[in-house]
Amino acid sequence: MNTGFLTIYWRDMLRFVRFRALLFSSLVQPALWLAFFGIAMSNNFERLTATMPVAPDVRTVGYLTFIGAGVIAMTTLFTSLFGGTVLLFDKNWGLMRETLSSPLPRIHVIIGIGLSGMTKSFIQAAVIMGFGLLLGVEFFEGYTPIQVVYSLIGIMVFVGTFSFGFLFLSAAIAITMESPEGMQAVITLLTMPFFFTSNALYPVDSFPPMLRALSTINPLTHLVSGIRYFAIGSDFSAIGIRYTYTQEEILVSYLALLAFAGIMFFIARWRFTKVTVT
Amino acid sequence: MINVLTTLLPIQKGNAKIAGHDLKKEPEKVRESIGIVFQELTLDRDMTVREILEYHGRLYSMPKAKRQERIDELISLVELEGKRDTLTKHLSGGMKRRLEIARGLMTRPKVLFMDEPTIGLDPQTRIRIWEYVRDINRQGTTIFLTTHYMDEADQLSDRISIVDHGKIVVSGSSWELKNTLGQDLIYLETGDNWTAAELLKDLDSVKGIKEKSKGIIVMVNVDGTYLLPEIMDRLRSGGVTIRAVNLKKPSMDDVFVHYTGRELRDNGAEKGPVVIPRVRRR
Repeated sequence: MNTGFLTIYWRDMLRFVRFRALLFSSLVQPALWLAFFGIAMSNNFERLTATMPVAPDVRTVGYLTFIGAGVIAMTTLFTSLFGGTVLLFDKNWGLMRETLSSPLPRIHVIIGIGLSGMTKSFIQAAVIMGFGLLLGVEFFEGYTPIQVVYSLIGIMVFVGTFSFGFLFLSAAIAITMESPEGMQAVITLLTMPFFFTSNALYPVDSFPPMLRALSTINPLTHLVSGIRYFAIGSDFSAIGIRYTYTQEEILVSYLALLAFAGIMFFIARWRFTKVTVT
Repeated sequence: MINVLTTLLPIQKGNAKIAGHDLKKEPEKVRESIGIVFQELTLDRDMTVREILEYHGRLYSMPKAKRQERIDELISLVELEGKRDTLTKHLSGGMKRRLEIARGLMTRPKVLFMDEPTIGLDPQTRIRIWEYVRDINRQGTTIFLTTHYMDEADQLSDRISIVDHGKIVVSGSSWELKNTLGQDLIYLETGDNWTAAELLKDLDSVKGIKEKSKGIIVMVNVDGTYLLPEIMDRLRSGGVTIRAVNLKKPSMDDVFVHYTGRELRDNGAEKGPVVIPRVRRR
């Protein structure tokens, strides 16, 4: 098997570790989200929902636990969407000419960037979970060690597939765009609808029908559902709303992520065959 | 042109063979057999000298042991031993160029493309780079080099093509090209340049006469030292006063100006002619 994508992966990880500031901020930023937004909102929600009747035989989790999954998902989204930027810089600084004039099939560039972005997302997810547990996020409550391992694997599979999809999208944008400013603008614009039509920070149950429809096709919603299912459980209540996930629903969510990643892969591949770097 | 020959741009008209592989039919084979030193620097600022070479070797699927061996070899060839683990952003311009040359050689290519490799370098560094180029060529690598510096073309090439507006206007060895201008060039500044040209043009040994801003250049195909007295006699008896005389061997600069009809200093313009000397395997 041609393992050329590992070369691309190696270089991108090298740069990730080398840029201390980037490495540091990418790890601290999600933790800060959880610390500031999470704790601030958590107190508000707790006060608002204090008077609501609690479903008797269902586990109730605090808001911090609820958005813990959301913050992991959101961080994965941002990191992945910006993960392709390196390609734009490589293209603009002429570095990509070396890669494209080599015998390495172009598809390996996409896969390599996808893998390194996925690794970064894994590291971030691990940091958020660790930090979250310290802050009082009630993940894996009452799980046996085997269940914890199983849940971690589940989360990683969801995070990995999701990040692949958005990295391919990011790579496709990067290879198409001319300027970093343009790319920044497009990505910032893209994050908005994904972020706000998802269930990352609040329930989508009371959305108007249009937004609800959007949230159902939003990959971020499916990722958040997957993480909640594995980290919190299949039946819990938060912010006065009862959440139940069946295995079938989670499977459908995963298939949705897989389909998304697949489509994005073909789009990225198509954009890459069009690219000429001179 | 380099972009097409190195498969970065698709070939549109005609065809070409690089190292025996057809550019259209076997672009992968072409890629495997060439090395490239691009015109602009294309080094990742945040990778070390060793990493740059390592990355390149991996791109071409070189096995690990071979990679290590080759990296050591090349780092000492381009004399960057002390800089092995230095980030490329901390290297001087000449060092970066040398590193790029080393990278171009990493995979032992059959043909090395160099796109204006000494542009913007100081004369000392240029001369060192020329030495590397000669060394590499001597070891059996064909080099395809473009340059605007005529002395570079003259010094390095076995075969030179002058390209103007995308077309090869003339090809040959440096010696052949210079000879097309005649054996010697005689520059004359006279009281009446036009009459002077009329008087001289039917001399047997005169190949041609070109007008310059103040005088004329007489291209002769015999030894000019012996022809000069005859020329001066002829002009004097024709009543033309001579103000200045100069005799020289044609240089590549003269060849270039002759074939492109332009002074060298004009070629800052975008469509400026390029010289493509090719250093062939001996």
